[in-house]
Amino acid sequence: MKLDLKVLQALRAGDKQADRVVPPSGFTAQLTLFAAAAMAFLAVFALALSLASGRLAQRWGDELGRTATIRIVAPLDQRAAQTEAALRILETTKGVAKARALTMEEQQELLAPWFGPDLKLDQLPVPQLIEVLEDDNGLDPAGLRLRLSAEVPGAILDDHGRWRLPLVQAASRLRLLGWVLILLITATVAAMITLAANAALSANAQVIAVLRLVGATDRYIAQAFIRRFTLRALSGAAVGTVLAMFAVLLLPGAQSDAGFLTGVRFQGWHWILPVFVPLLSGVVAFAATGAAARRTLGELS
Amino acid sequence: MIELENVAYSYGGGELLSDISLKLAAGSFHFLTGPSGAGKTTLMKLCYGALLPTAGHIRVFGADVRELDRDDIAMVRRRVGVVHQDVKFLDHLDVSENIKLPLTVSGRSSEGADLDELMSWVGLTNRANALPAELSGGERQRAALARAVIMSPDVVLADEPTGNIDWEMSQRLLRLLIELNKMGKTVLIATHDLSLIRATKAHVQARVLRIANRRVQLAGADL
Repeated sequence: MKLDLKVLQALRAGDKQADRVVPPSGFTAQLTLFAAAAMAFLAVFALALSLASGRLAQRWGDELGRTATIRIVAPLDQRAAQTEAALRILETTKGVAKARALTMEEQQELLAPWFGPDLKLDQLPVPQLIEVLEDDNGLDPAGLRLRLSAEVPGAILDDHGRWRLPLVQAASRLRLLGWVLILLITATVAAMITLAANAALSANAQVIAVLRLVGATDRYIAQAFIRRFTLRALSGAAVGTVLAMFAVLLLPGAQSDAGFLTGVRFQGWHWILPVFVPLLSGVVAFAATGAAARRTLGELS
Repeated sequence: MIELENVAYSYGGGELLSDISLKLAAGSFHFLTGPSGAGKTTLMKLCYGALLPTAGHIRVFGADVRELDRDDIAMVRRRVGVVHQDVKFLDHLDVSENIKLPLTVSGRSSEGADLDELMSWVGLTNRANALPAELSGGERQRAALARAVIMSPDVVLADEPTGNIDWEMSQRLLRLLIELNKMGKTVLIATHDLSLIRATKAHVQARVLRIANRRVQLAGADL
């Protein structure tokens, strides 16, 4: 027995008479519907998680990858002169789009979470920070370090690579985890539907025997089961997907100061992607039921 | 139509049928008799491809059954109507839907008039909408016969068709099978009911085959 385009066409077109040859009820109907709905619900969340992680990895990569910081660690009386010298070097450095020294107030604001708002920076040996924004070409950190070490002894360049990489890696792993979850969910759907289809095929052994006796081909018998399970998986997954999309919609939207947990909601055209979850369930059900039917019918004389 | 040549069939280490040669010509009427367990049902199943011989050759409509794939076997079954003693239906479909089943699975539309005629022929017109579970033994056998012949098969195989029904009903069923034979269908009936065979021979020229000691032989004049 082959499962080819003709089977797909028959699945789409339907055959009311053929649909009726398999008894309509049975626990496998509820099992398939429930499993497909629950798995689709989880799949939508896994998809949202994966997409959010991807966005996060990209944002962290972009934001941190195009900035650098220079710390001027020098005695108070030399700090201004060294800052000026560093800025002059940056003005002539290729790949630097913009560079500016942070004001006292800005530095105070950065440190406020740790030292409180009343901190007097001019009495503390806090380094002067210079924010460097790179252009599209990016700068050469090694060359810049060499120039700074020659002309500004108190300057330390931090290109953020040391702590940017683990963050981007973590976000990428989360994204990968999301896809692994979707794969696992797909495999679980396939396993559940295979079990349900096997149970249905066993429970309908007499139906199959009668159909074969009156001249039904394996394709005809398989199609009756495939169509039923595929439609059940499609409808169950559609319900699960709609519920999950409502649940995702209820999650708080992305806020820049609220971290990762507020950005799980789909954004833009990503809202279309969950539509593919029921379709995937249908494809999985089609393949799983087809394989189960082929195996069961092949064992019959 | 169906030809068996030196056919043997073994199961579970023992040989059930041995060196059987048999030819069911078009329009012929055969009885297959023998004690219970002699292999009548096995021989019937060999004739429509439900079992494959362990030795010898079986040709159905000119094709060796060993060379037929599963789809070919399905096509053979559309040309061979089978009635079993323990007839099985699809319990969730009514009688008319069960009788139409061979048409349904072969993608042919059932024309109302033909079905009505067939239902009337087997005397089930008023039971068309009943479920199989609501039928008596005789009604089930007649429904099975109607299902077996709705595709106008070339061959009708009936395995103990009167086993579960009373004398009057078995005579009625027999008359239907004789009518089919007169229409040119090849009929093979497996039975151990010798009175049925005697009753038939008054109406149609039938050959009686007996299975004994794993072999088929032409039965003697005692029948």
